[in-house]
Formats: sequence, structure tokens, C-alpha cells
Amino acid sequence: MSDLTDVTNGTAHATASSRGPHFDRKASVLKSGRWGDKLFEYGTAGAAWLVLLVLGGITFSMAWGGRLAFQTFGPGFLTSSQWNAVTGDFGALVPIYGTIVSSAIALAIAVPVSIGIALFLTDIAPRWMRAPVGIAIELLAAIPSIIYGMWGLFVLAPFLAQHVEPWVNDHLGQWPVLGPLFRGPPIGIGLLPAGVVLGIMVIPFIAAVARDVFNAVPAGIREAAVSLGATRWELLSRVTLPYTRSAIIGAIFLGLGRALGETMAVTFVIGNAHDLTSSLLMPGNSIAAAIANEFTEADTDLYRSSLIALAFLLFVVTFIILTIAKLMLLRIERISGKTD
Amino acid sequence: MNRTILRRRIVDILALVLATAATLFGLVWLVWILFTTFVQGAKAVSPALFTEMTPPPGSAGGLLNAFYGSAMMMLLAVAVGTPVGIAAGTYLAEHGRHSKLAATVRFINDILLSAPSIVIGLFVYEIAVRTAGHFSGYAGALALAIILLPIVVRTSEESLRLVPNQMREAAFALGLPRWKLTIQLIYKAAMTGLVTGTLLAVARISGETAPLLFTALNNQFWNANLARPMANIPVILYKYAMSPYDNWIELAWAGALILTLFVLLLNIGVRLLTHKVLKR
Repeated sequence: MSDLTDVTNGTAHATASSRGPHFDRKASVLKSGRWGDKLFEYGTAGAAWLVLLVLGGITFSMAWGGRLAFQTFGPGFLTSSQWNAVTGDFGALVPIYGTIVSSAIALAIAVPVSIGIALFLTDIAPRWMRAPVGIAIELLAAIPSIIYGMWGLFVLAPFLAQHVEPWVNDHLGQWPVLGPLFRGPPIGIGLLPAGVVLGIMVIPFIAAVARDVFNAVPAGIREAAVSLGATRWELLSRVTLPYTRSAIIGAIFLGLGRALGETMAVTFVIGNAHDLTSSLLMPGNSIAAAIANEFTEADTDLYRSSLIALAFLLFVVTFIILTIAKLMLLRIERISGKTD
Repeated sequence: MNRTILRRRIVDILALVLATAATLFGLVWLVWILFTTFVQGAKAVSPALFTEMTPPPGSAGGLLNAFYGSAMMMLLAVAVGTPVGIAAGTYLAEHGRHSKLAATVRFINDILLSAPSIVIGLFVYEIAVRTAGHFSGYAGALALAIILLPIVVRTSEESLRLVPNQMREAAFALGLPRWKLTIQLIYKAAMTGLVTGTLLAVARISGETAPLLFTALNNQFWNANLARPMANIPVILYKYAMSPYDNWIELAWAGALILTLFVLLLNIGVRLLTHKVLKR
């Protein structure tokens, strides 16, 4: 009897005593959970803010660093082709021209090729071939730009000088209006070679996005076209491209953003000459190449500030281009369920 | 009628041929660039590459100090950039998934992903080199970390989102606080993705030259002190390849081969890793 009471007492006691601490522990777990959650949320949000801070910091520090050049030269900085470290007279026209022209050449090469590759990877290649070829094209994007630069300088430049530029001179150089663009000494260094290297570099970026975009076209639409007897070319030109037009423009702008800011590959082959020439075969300069080449040698505040001002222009322009690209790609991303 | 069909068929075949040619055109450059790098690099690779310092023009040497400098700066960049990147990615995928801040950060992050790296180099010059008064390995590592950050943010958000929501719901039902759920369950489930993202980011920063030009600069001698200018592979390749000295150009090709192998192996390895996971 007494044993029994003892036992029941004991168990009762035990439950009571275990309930107390148990509830306390639960409460403290809840509390620490709440505190931990808040802390965790603020911590991760802080890291997210840091991304915005980096962008803001870059924009501000470039504007601040370039203010001396902007104050000294005013809007004339954009239109002057002078670049003279001795007299301290700097203008951005030559690098801006070189950046635009080399990127334009790059897109002229890369856009048709990339769309062809995307078409090949989505509709033409046998299934077993798609993954390996796709990966090979993506590897092209993984090769560091410095390797492109070295290859451009030691392999592509002599090749262009011996085999391509003489032909360009003889044939395209005779064109009535555009002729002067293609006349010049075949030296393999200049705006045209820079554009070619850039074109090769941006092919994988445009091709990869274009492939994903093509793949995002609803199967129903494609099947409807095929069932009406469309050939593969008609499927592409009348269904896929019209359907994905804005996204393809987005992909092209993405490639353009890359091309405008690419530094090392261009620095190797563009020639780094601050001359404004009508010929694409002559050495020129781009914004990124000018900064890479000259910044450590810039010996005056104005010189350094002018280069940072160039960087500011480059950053603002690429920001706008990439924003357009992103907006153009938003719709197709929504369709393919990439963002919700 | 027959003529239209014939014309349509010819146009179609022409398009197929052109698309195939475009793919071959793209692959030719990959093969050509890799071929050049392997042939030129293989001629110059020797054990001395990993045991000797960068030489003055005209004498033999290796790239040991540059390999060391690159490795140190990359390690530091990963140590700083990865936790921040994963934390930001966690916010985008978990607590803040539908918030305005997350939408903005996602947008800006995608832009930073393609931002010109030379501008990032100048930015770090302005905030870390000019203020300190001298170039340093720390500044180089900071520049690399800023380039690595958006890649890690993007890949970690994507891999965290792949974790099924049932896992979160089950953990909530058991009363697990969210931070514990994230750290103990979600991170574990998404581990392959997180590692993949970091490896891809490492591959990317290993060849970045522009941001190091004005931050880490270069150093011809052995230097283990991150507070001083540091030799690194990309800048050495740039300097040597542009030089008129044959032995420097040869060394540049040897370095280029090692760098390319490193990047290619990382990229292919990462693809095998993800492929295995997808299959499972």
C-alpha cells in the first residue's frame, strides 16, 4: 500500500517536476527561436543590402573620382578627341568610339551565330548531341578573358594580317560609301580584330540565353505550327522568333553589356592608340583598354580623374544596357517559371 | 504548288545547314584556343614553374610567387565573399522571398553579375588603395570578393529554392525555429548547389585580371604578406605576354595552360557533380 502511494506519489511528483522544466524549456526554445529568427532575418537581410551597397558605392566612387575631369572639361569631355598627358588635355571621344565600334562588330558576328547555335541545340541536333555541344559552347564562356587576349595577340592577329585583312582591303575597301572603313594597313591589330575577339567571347552568352528562351516556348504553340505543316525554318521564323522577340533582344543586350565592358581581351589586340581614324584596320582604343593600360601610369590627378570619369561613363552605360536586357527577359522568365 | 513546296524545302535545308555551320563556327574557336594554349603551354611547362620565382628578362625562372599570391587572394576572397553571398541568397530564398527588398536585390545582383570587372578594380582602388596609400594583396582579395559575391548570391538562391517546401512545413509543424531549420536542414539539402556555386565563382575569379591591375598590382619577389603588393597569375600573364622577351612570353604560355586547365577542370567537375545529383 505504502509502496503504491510512494510509487504514485513518486510518479506524480516526477511528472510535476518534469512538466515544470519541460514547459520552461519549451518557452525558452520558443523565445530563443523568435530571437534567433529575428537575428537571422536581419543578418541575411543585411547581406542582401550589401549587394545594393556595392552598386551604390561603385556609382558614387566613380562619379566622385571623375569629378575633377567633369569639372575641368565639362560636356566637352564627351566630344573632344584630344588625349594628351603632357598638356593635360583629355577627351573621351576616341575610347567611346572604339568601344561602340568594337562592340558593334562583335554583335554583327555573334548575333547570327548565336541564334544559329540556339536553333541547332533546340531543334536540329539529335538528342544525344545537345548536352555535350551545349556544354562545349558554355566552356567557351568559362575561358578567362586573358587567354582570349593572348590567343588574339599571338594567333588571331597574325592570321588576320596575313589572310583576312588583305582580302578585306581589296574587296570591301572598294565599296562606295563604307570603303574607307575597310582600307588600311593589314597589321592585325586594331578595331576590327578587337571586334572579332569580342564577338567570339559573347557568342556563348547570347547562345546560352537564346537556347533557354527557345526552350521556353510552350510546346502547344510549336506543335500547332508543326501540325499545320510548318518546316523547321518556318517554325523558327514565324512562331519561335516572333514569340520570343523581346527575350532575344534581351539576350543580345546582355551580350552587348559584356562586350562593352570587356577589358583584357580587347587590351591585347586593339592597339591602344588615341587616334580617331576612319579605318577599322587601324589601332584604336576602348574605354576599358585605356583604363587598364594607363591607370597605373597616370601621374597627375587630372589624368587619373579622366580615366575614372571614363569608367563612370562605361558603368552608367552598361547599367542601362543590362537593365534593358533584364526587363526584356522578365516575361520569358515568368513563363518558364524562373521567378515567381 | 510543287514549286512552293520545293522552295520551302530548300529554304528549310538552307536554314538547317546554316545553323549547323554556326555551331561548328562556335566550336572551332574553342578548339583553336585550347589547342594553342596546350601546344604553347606544354613547351614551357617544367617543374621549375612551381619551384622558382618570376625571373628578370632573359633568365630562367618559374611562377611560384604568382601561384602563391593568386591562391592566397582567392582563398581570402572566398572566405569573405561566400558567407556574405550565401547569407544574401538565403534572404532572397527564405525570409524575404516575396519582399520588395528581395526583388530589388535580385535585379541589381543580376546587373552586378555582368558589370565590367575593370570598374570594380577602380572602385577598390578608390576605397582601399588610395586610402591606404599603397597597393596590397588585401585590396586584390577584396576586388575578387566583390566579383564573386553576385555569383554566389545567384547560385545559392537558386539552390535553396530547389529545396521542397514540404521540408519547411514539416519543420514548422514540429516547432523548429526558422533559423535552425535553415541552418540544419535547408543548407544540408542544398549543399551540392551551394558548393557548385562557390566552385563556379572560384573558376571565374581565378582568371580575372582587370580588377587586380590596380589593387594587388604585381611583385617580382616572394611575398607572403597580404598587406603588400602581391604577384598573381593573371597580371603576370598580362605583363609577360605583352613583353618583348621570349622567356617571359614562354612563361606566360605555361601559366596560361595551368590557368586554363584549372578553370576547365573546375567547370567540368561541377557539371559532373550536378549531373550526378540530378540523376539521383
